[in-house]
Amino acid sequence: MINVNWEALSVFIVVFSAVAILGFLAAKWRPGDLTRLQEWGLAGRRFGTIVSWFLLGGDIYTAYSFIAVPGLIFKSVALGFFAVPYLIIIYPLVFIFLPKFWTVARHRGYVTPADFVRERFDSSTLALLVAITGILATMPYIALQIYGIEVSIAQMGVPIEISLFVAFFVLAAYTYVSGLRAPAMIAVVKDMCIWLVVLVAVIYIPIKLGGFSNIFAAVHQKAVENPTTFHDFLPSSEYSAYTTLALGSALALFLYPHLLTGMLSTNSRQVVRRNAALLPAYTLLIGLIGLLGYMAIAAHVKLSPAYGANSALPALFSAMFPSWFAGFAFAAIAIGALVPAAIMSIAAANLFTRNIYREYFRPACTEREESSVAKTASLVVKVGALAFILLLPSTLAINFQLLSNIWIIQTLPAVFLGLYTNWFHRRALIVGWAGGMITGTWMVIARNFESSVYPLSFAGITIPVYAAVAALVANLVLTIVLTPIFRGISISAGEDATTPADFEAQPLGSQQSIPSYQQPALNPQKALPGFQQSAWNSQQSFPDFQGSALNSQPSLTDFQPPFPGSQRLQHPAQRSQQLALEQQSALNSQQPLPDFQQPFPGSQRPGQRPQQPVLERPYNAERPVR
Amino acid sequence: MLSRREKKSRSWLLLFLLIPFIVTLWPPFYNIDQPELIGIPFFYWFQLLWIIITAILTAVLYALTN
Repeated sequence: MINVNWEALSVFIVVFSAVAILGFLAAKWRPGDLTRLQEWGLAGRRFGTIVSWFLLGGDIYTAYSFIAVPGLIFKSVALGFFAVPYLIIIYPLVFIFLPKFWTVARHRGYVTPADFVRERFDSSTLALLVAITGILATMPYIALQIYGIEVSIAQMGVPIEISLFVAFFVLAAYTYVSGLRAPAMIAVVKDMCIWLVVLVAVIYIPIKLGGFSNIFAAVHQKAVENPTTFHDFLPSSEYSAYTTLALGSALALFLYPHLLTGMLSTNSRQVVRRNAALLPAYTLLIGLIGLLGYMAIAAHVKLSPAYGANSALPALFSAMFPSWFAGFAFAAIAIGALVPAAIMSIAAANLFTRNIYREYFRPACTEREESSVAKTASLVVKVGALAFILLLPSTLAINFQLLSNIWIIQTLPAVFLGLYTNWFHRRALIVGWAGGMITGTWMVIARNFESSVYPLSFAGITIPVYAAVAALVANLVLTIVLTPIFRGISISAGEDATTPADFEAQPLGSQQSIPSYQQPALNPQKALPGFQQSAWNSQQSFPDFQGSALNSQPSLTDFQPPFPGSQRLQHPAQRSQQLALEQQSALNSQQPLPDFQQPFPGSQRPGQRPQQPVLERPYNAERPVR
Repeated sequence: MLSRREKKSRSWLLLFLLIPFIVTLWPPFYNIDQPELIGIPFFYWFQLLWIIITAILTAVLYALTN
């Protein structure tokens, strides 16, 4: 083990171990029954604004982004900065779209986007495609987090395989034990470390290099020396590439299962909206990290032959920082990989468990079984990613990740547009998905995996366009054209199982129409039994909830509402009967309810009678859906 | 806390969220190097500034539509 930087390594080990311990302790944090998928895979939907800020921050801004953004800037300068407009415009999108998704997911007990698609468009094929797309798109991303650890460890001269095995083992163990709570807790530590490292870096390194004017002068010098390949400002031929890269990446980002998982683990839609205003702080962080790419150019760092431009940031830290701080910085990056890798593997496992295993193999599985299948699936996914990185050339992982965005964005019509309208025909959506996948993948293959920007040419004009955007357009065109055709020739469009009420916001904390004594019961952070979470499913009748709040029942386990989402596996008539029975028994076994009781918060004005059982409300195909 | 009716009438405010899209997704707007800020060319610090502006805009809209 020659060339090992022992100082850096020891700091690295200390920080890494501390974080690993935290991951195990996280199981006890805001305790819940981890044998339930909701608790393991969504942390019981408990997280408030601050924890979500750390969790989503750690999720969006991954170790790979910290390595790849400066690397891209080192290589192609101005174009690499698209990460900044991309990470600016996601937040308006989050602000508008995601609270709606959160609401319907909470009301109907969804854990994954495919759950939503399954009910909205009544198509298990489409849901399967969404699930498979999600899993396929996430896997290279996980592999790349491990790659990020590898690059920073390599800078310290430590043998790669052993370190990666150790890191992987730690990651696998605490994810298995604690589920989503582990990356949430670790994200708090990791983000604080990263902020510290970056703030120190952008102050200390420019001072060492003689100020920003010097840095950009050196960059400009390099541009002058390499006029064709290196541009310190955007050449006009790259405008469309810049714009579509930013737009496409932004549209794709929150379709990724791991980000939807992170967002669904919050305890209120207001948390989602608040974080849309607070998370941009991390974009500032990425912008500063991008500037570090320029500093790497100005410092004339030596790139490692194995990793090329991706070693720019680690090389800069090695060259500019004292060894102990460099070790700390590398630890921060490595931990920065563990958080998203954990969440991604949990999200992929959730998708597999809910939308493949439970849907097709074991519809009657218990919650316990769901949770243990998910834990195993998460482990398998991580093993696969590790094997991928260790056995295959890393360029392959990077190339596949180019395809990730292109693939995941094809679920946009079903998942995001589906939030607003169920007009699309399910078969048209499937054809659109296929068309988009084929177009996008073909574009990248046609460019030999060198880039995901494809020069579209018509009428003699060539416009370089991000393949994801082009493929999405193809997808939308197919879907929009085929939907009226399929409806016209009467191919069955299925039944939308969601109701407009499911999209209605009744945010926790909206106090007006709900009498005050119910409020303690509404706050999920109080120590309520775990199954109270399930009471937010609109199919449960409010009286159940009331029972525990008023303590008029010895225990609610007698007529405990079924696990959210399990009802859709029953025949609709069966389900309505069961619901009617529950409501009956709930009403019978309690004191008569005051008139203003509502079965579903916000669904009715005070004074109305409780909701009728579903069976008596005929499905109206013409009913407008918001 | 706004009532449903007030929330509906205020939803046009969300159109303001189009502004960051228009400004940041049109590179010709800002693909220049002057004026510089502590040595950083306009192209870069302008985008960094828009991070802050968008965040403030979102926070304001959150407060107004809440």
